[in-house]
Amino acid sequence: MRFMIIVKATPDSEAGKMPEPELLTAMASYHEELARAGALLDGSGLKPSSTGWRVRYAGDGRTVVDGPFAETKELIAGYTLIQVKSREEALEWTRRFPNPAGEGRPAEIEVRQLFELEDFGNGPEIDRFREIGLGDKPA
Amino acid sequence: MSDADVRRAIDAVWRIESARLIAGLTRIVRDVGLAEQLAHDALVAALEQWPAAGIPANPGAWLMAAGRNRAIDHLRRARRLERSHAEIGREREAAARDDAAELDAAIDNDMGDDVLRLIFMTCHPVLPTEARVALTLRLLGGLTTDEIARAYLTTEPAIAQRIVRAKRTLSEKQIPFEVPRGRDRADRLASVLEVIYLVFNEGYTATAGDDWTRPALCEDALRLARVLAGLAPDEPEVLGLAALLELQSSRLRARIGPSGEPILLLDQNRALWDLLLIRRGLAALDRGLATFDLGLTTLDLRLTTFDVSLTKLDRAQRAAGRPGPYLLQAAIAACHARARTAAETDWPQIAALYAALAAAAPSPIVELNRAVAESMAAGPQAGLDIIDRLVHEPALAGYHLLPSVRGDLLFKLGRHAEARAEFLRAAALTRNAREQTLLQSRARACDG
Repeated sequence: MRFMIIVKATPDSEAGKMPEPELLTAMASYHEELARAGALLDGSGLKPSSTGWRVRYAGDGRTVVDGPFAETKELIAGYTLIQVKSREEALEWTRRFPNPAGEGRPAEIEVRQLFELEDFGNGPEIDRFREIGLGDKPA
Repeated sequence: MSDADVRRAIDAVWRIESARLIAGLTRIVRDVGLAEQLAHDALVAALEQWPAAGIPANPGAWLMAAGRNRAIDHLRRARRLERSHAEIGREREAAARDDAAELDAAIDNDMGDDVLRLIFMTCHPVLPTEARVALTLRLLGGLTTDEIARAYLTTEPAIAQRIVRAKRTLSEKQIPFEVPRGRDRADRLASVLEVIYLVFNEGYTATAGDDWTRPALCEDALRLARVLAGLAPDEPEVLGLAALLELQSSRLRARIGPSGEPILLLDQNRALWDLLLIRRGLAALDRGLATFDLGLTTLDLRLTTFDVSLTKLDRAQRAAGRPGPYLLQAAIAACHARARTAAETDWPQIAALYAALAAAAPSPIVELNRAVAESMAAGPQAGLDIIDRLVHEPALAGYHLLPSVRGDLLFKLGRHAEARAEFLRAAALTRNAREQTLLQSRARACDG
């Protein structure tokens, strides 16, 4: 099972402020623990929304809107992907995630499971994937 | 949190912490069976206290402290049997101080190394292979005896007994708790890699109807390979195995067709290949190649380049400097992974790698795969030259892919009558209905 740990933005992360050494250490240690346990798949910080943009869909049109965006709490500042055998294991790992704003400060992380295709046998998901597949068809 | 929630949370903590806990306790008591017992005692204490007190912020440290205290008690009791009461009275205070300090020092030593020591122990060649597998999955994989039994299609008592016997053997033979060095190291490491690879292959053979614990073995093996790669990052074969398993795992979703039939790599829908795992596999392969300190990456790996670079090393370095079978197999898997379509596969590269693999770890299957690669790189005759030498190979006697490949090459060379015979032979050997149909239609196509 795979889960994404979504680190929500804070005013500091949106300001592009470098995290304090203690936080960097805590984050590094935590991700090392994940890697040592064979559970870490991937992870990255995201640059502030001021460096990004949105594409808005309205009717048939779409417009590009540059950041920054206002709703800091709903913005994403980073993600970590983990692989575990159960939801409970994911829960336990995420419970240990260091406070992304630094100890004692308000912050939030959200955790969501990744969809997986059925590993075996057919099913509507597999069929649809086959239809939009980019792979080479056998000769 | 309900009691059931706490119980499940503690199970999760156990799965995360148990290997390191048992490894650390083995260092103290020098017996893996006793260490597991003490670890379980610590778990029982957790089950008793955590529902009310809550799960501690650092559950691993809590369990280790609980296990260590029980280890101290055990050691003192054992020592007490050898001493008089008077002596004990005098020594008790001094011992209390010494024990704690000594154990603290022992535990503060890199715990990661203890897990490495434990893996070498559970995979010790003195144990039969199936015992190594069971013991490793139990102590390092965190699988329950029941899960191991279901994964290997046997009973829980059978696995339990296998594990008990294994621990007894390790104890009786006084197998030391250490990371092997020197001449022993290569063999002992090969034994560890073999166990992990066997677990992966067992999971790989699982089919759609099987218990979930069987395909899960692939994940269990991949996790162990990653753990090992973290503990021994300078070992090229360890990185090779990790790379190989990441890359093979990347194709797990593409290898089974709608009727449950296996789909060969070249026929797979590459949109179903997991790009994240491919990236991780290529990264592990790069790190494995980097250990040879030749400035090579997967981007420019060609056997000829390797040979040229190797002449720059002195003889001793060269002897140690050849990539081993896992790294080579990973490099082959990487060639496939990097090809966006089957048509873009770098066959000369793969052929060269199979030649190196045939030199490092020769086997009829490697030769067969080499024949396929050579035929793709240099034409059907090149492949046929290799296959013709395999026709009477006893190890491949019942293997339908041998006549199937030979038939394909003969067909491409216009030798249709012989091709037809081979396709029919292959169809008779395979038990898979869809493959049979395919091979029979290929045989019919030879008549046209």
